[in-house]
Amino acid sequence: MMEFDLQRYLLTMIVLSPLLGILALLLTPRHRAGTVKLIGIVAAFIPLLLSLVMYVQFDLNQEEMQFIQQMEWINIPIPLSTGVGYLPIAYEVGVDGLSMPLVLLASLIAFLGAIASNTVSKRWKEFYIIYLVMEIGLLGVFMSLNLFLFFIFFELALIPMFFLIAIWGFMDREKAAIKFLIYNGVGSGIMLISFILLFIITMTLNIQEIASQFTDPLSQLNASDQYTFVTENMRMGLFIALLIAFGIKMPIVPFHTWMLKSYQESPFAMIMISSGIMIKMGAYGIIRLGVGFFPQWALDLAPMLALLGLINLLYGAVLALVQKDLKMVLAYSSVSHMGIVLLGIAAMNEVGFQGAIFQMVSHGLIAALLIYMIAVIYERTQTTTLRELGGLAGQMPFISGIFLAASLASLGLPGMSGFISEFQSFLGLFNSLPVYAAIGTLGIILTAVYMLRATLQTTFGPKQERFHDVVDARPIEVVPMAVLLALVILIGIHPAVLSDVVRATLQNLVPGIGG
Amino acid sequence: MNILQWQWSAMTPEFIILGTATLLSLIDLIMKDKLDRRVLGWLGLVGIFIAGFFVVRNLGQDPVQIMNDMFRLDSFGTAFKLLFLSGAALVFFMSIQQLDQREIPYHGEFYYLVLTGVLGAMIMASSADFITLFVGLEVLSISSYILVGTRKKHIQSNESAFKYAVSGGIASAVALYGMSFIYGLTGSTNLYMMGERLAQAYQRVEPFQYSPIIYLGFFLLFVGLSFKIATVPYHMWAPDVYQGAPVPVTAFLAVVSKTAGFAIIVRILLTGFKDITEITDDNRLSYVLFDELSLYIGVIAAVTMIIGNTLALRQTNVKRMMAYSSIAHAGYLLIPLAAFYIPLFLQQMLFYLLAYLLMTLGAFAVIMVVTRDRGTEDIKSFAGLYHRAPWMAFAMTIFLLSLAGIPVTAGFFGKFYIFMSSLAHGKYLLAAIMIATSIISYVYYFAIIRQMYMRPGDTEAKMFIPSTITIVILITAVATVLIGLFPGVVLEFIVNNFNYDLLYRLQ
Repeated sequence: MMEFDLQRYLLTMIVLSPLLGILALLLTPRHRAGTVKLIGIVAAFIPLLLSLVMYVQFDLNQEEMQFIQQMEWINIPIPLSTGVGYLPIAYEVGVDGLSMPLVLLASLIAFLGAIASNTVSKRWKEFYIIYLVMEIGLLGVFMSLNLFLFFIFFELALIPMFFLIAIWGFMDREKAAIKFLIYNGVGSGIMLISFILLFIITMTLNIQEIASQFTDPLSQLNASDQYTFVTENMRMGLFIALLIAFGIKMPIVPFHTWMLKSYQESPFAMIMISSGIMIKMGAYGIIRLGVGFFPQWALDLAPMLALLGLINLLYGAVLALVQKDLKMVLAYSSVSHMGIVLLGIAAMNEVGFQGAIFQMVSHGLIAALLIYMIAVIYERTQTTTLRELGGLAGQMPFISGIFLAASLASLGLPGMSGFISEFQSFLGLFNSLPVYAAIGTLGIILTAVYMLRATLQTTFGPKQERFHDVVDARPIEVVPMAVLLALVILIGIHPAVLSDVVRATLQNLVPGIGG
Repeated sequence: MNILQWQWSAMTPEFIILGTATLLSLIDLIMKDKLDRRVLGWLGLVGIFIAGFFVVRNLGQDPVQIMNDMFRLDSFGTAFKLLFLSGAALVFFMSIQQLDQREIPYHGEFYYLVLTGVLGAMIMASSADFITLFVGLEVLSISSYILVGTRKKHIQSNESAFKYAVSGGIASAVALYGMSFIYGLTGSTNLYMMGERLAQAYQRVEPFQYSPIIYLGFFLLFVGLSFKIATVPYHMWAPDVYQGAPVPVTAFLAVVSKTAGFAIIVRILLTGFKDITEITDDNRLSYVLFDELSLYIGVIAAVTMIIGNTLALRQTNVKRMMAYSSIAHAGYLLIPLAAFYIPLFLQQMLFYLLAYLLMTLGAFAVIMVVTRDRGTEDIKSFAGLYHRAPWMAFAMTIFLLSLAGIPVTAGFFGKFYIFMSSLAHGKYLLAAIMIATSIISYVYYFAIIRQMYMRPGDTEAKMFIPSTITIVILITAVATVLIGLFPGVVLEFIVNNFNYDLLYRLQ
């Protein structure tokens, strides 16, 4: 009986557990900086712990959603001649092999981000409260089984992010925050339009039900003689609308400028969150909603997706090559790496999808690690400009070593998670769209060049006089580095930790595509 | 029929408000000048609550028509009356401890003029006849003209009162002109009679077509009445008047007066113009109001949303900005009228009006405290508010997020709900404009948020917030969030008590 209850309420517990921390923080006096930060970190640890329970309890052979909880939430009454009818909007959460790793990733990065935030030097109480509110949104997005809930959680993650950038960011923070808000606002607007259209067409907001209505050949929406029939143009329009909405978040190349600005101006912990989790929300949306609802159109438009992926990959890589600022190298590298996710999706086969999911998780870990390293370096050197850095290896060998390892992971060294993800994505793509895949491999070479250039300019070279008093990593700083790097290597040498989780779900997802 | 036999009890709430207003004016007359007028405010509140009690008692009753069918008590009117009374009660709460003796030397006037304004609004909501409707409209208008000018020594207040009176007068004249066409055609001022006869007149082609006159009447009426809700083209007065009037009066105009405008527009359109039908070329019965006239309402809604939201971007005066914001919200509120969805549109409108009432009054309560404290209405007066009064800043954040339509707030669900029906009706353009302008609105709503949290103020001293204002802010903030979380409860209440069908049911 106990077991049953846990299964049912686990996800709700995960998503609401940051509330405990918020409550505790509200009761803590603001001048006790140490206590406040400790509570913040501990509060962010609870969801991670619960997510680990979820990972352990997860049934690997189950294709369908697990840990489902459904509750009535909002009933929109519709007066009918016979009485009052209801249009239900339910609170429904659940995870499958696609979303479970992302929930785990989100809770992990959020926890490490909380540790990385302990350098916050002003208004720490507010910082952690807003941070925890954002975490609720981040966790909730991946487990929502309902479009309305999905949207609410999505916004719940974005709005706190605005505050976190605008108050705790660098010099030009407010502009970056407004840009973030407007771009994502436009994305959310398009998302809302398509969600409501889906609602009107299917009369439900449940994600699985919408997917089955669209894909089931016997459903009303596919009966061409019925008035409920949904034309192909409408489907394509919806697919493209979803692609744009999530493409802004992801970001797909013409929509990426908000991310550059927010990389430049956000506090480091926020960049960790942003590139570690938030941009994965976009990719997740494309897979779960875009491909999930309109597999046929995803298949038909796969070359376009692949093209977009290529542009992301190469454009990001080329620009990363010429950046003068370490942060910007990473910003463009994120753009480039998200291109690989798109390529994996465009492959439209099991290997490709697996590659895309691997790349989402892997990039989440690696990007978070790299940014954390930059944060650590910045704290000591007060600069992220490549020209001013250099020769750090002598003073801080440990930090430099980890930084090098992270770069190697990022450029896809075999034995680390980056390799296995890129390998699978390209393998999938070679099967379906070999030309695109061949061009794409060019990106891998570029990645190696820009990552090594950035790393070498930072750590190698002659020792610099003004860095002679910097110290190597402190114990608390080792925690995030060690955890992230260990996971990157673990996935690299033993991919089964992830692939076992995804397999059953993919077997369920891919036949729908017919690929 | 003997006058005494009419069921006067149907008008109990109106009588109570009238009585309270009269009582207050008498007390004000005999009270010594030096005495504190606050007691009048509390008395007025008592009156509002008693009236509210009787309105609630009217819930779920069958419609009653008295005074030769001029006054109609039905669920539609009751719904709006509840909104007026709660709006007025919150305005009273805002004012009691905060009216500035220097600014408004005659407090007593303020209280009973708000009450007469509410009385006018209530009559508007309950009238089934052009005559009562116009009387109600003028009672509300004249009360508001005076209210706007209560800062007698203040040049802006005088200017805005004058502008308001002149443009209001013109608008009333336009509406009356429209009514005259309709009356000329139907020979009746009764809305229900009018509805029947307009439907017949529309079909007539001999001796000449009447439909152009109907259209003319409709446009003149709609434009004239839209003055109260401040939509394009009659929106110009709002920024000047909102800026010049004292804050509680601005709040009253933005909430009660605007809601009354919507009440009267909906009532006239749905009783007078709904039954006009024609057979289209493909042999389909077409409702002229829903199929043709709603197009024009849609255009007005779109232009209003665009103008309100874009002009708000450039404002540095908070009250002026709120004026443009309220214009924009009137645009959103017109969408249910433009995308008629019979069983749903009244719910959508009432829900949004309720959300709008809460968030706007809450925002004005905060604006009142802040501008009074800083002595300026510039948006910079909000700088550093977070350090001075963190909870108030937090409440203001809720109101602004709700106004911008961001979850989880009442404003979000209201917009979501309206948005849903406009898409369901294939009004894609209108829906797209609504979304686009909502995103534009982020910029100016977040400008206040930036001031509150990210700009240092001149002082860090704790801000004094009077207890009655705290009550207003607390009620509105909590309600905004709760209704945002559980909108179903409110919707259920609206459907159960203010069903659309009841608008038509005759005795």
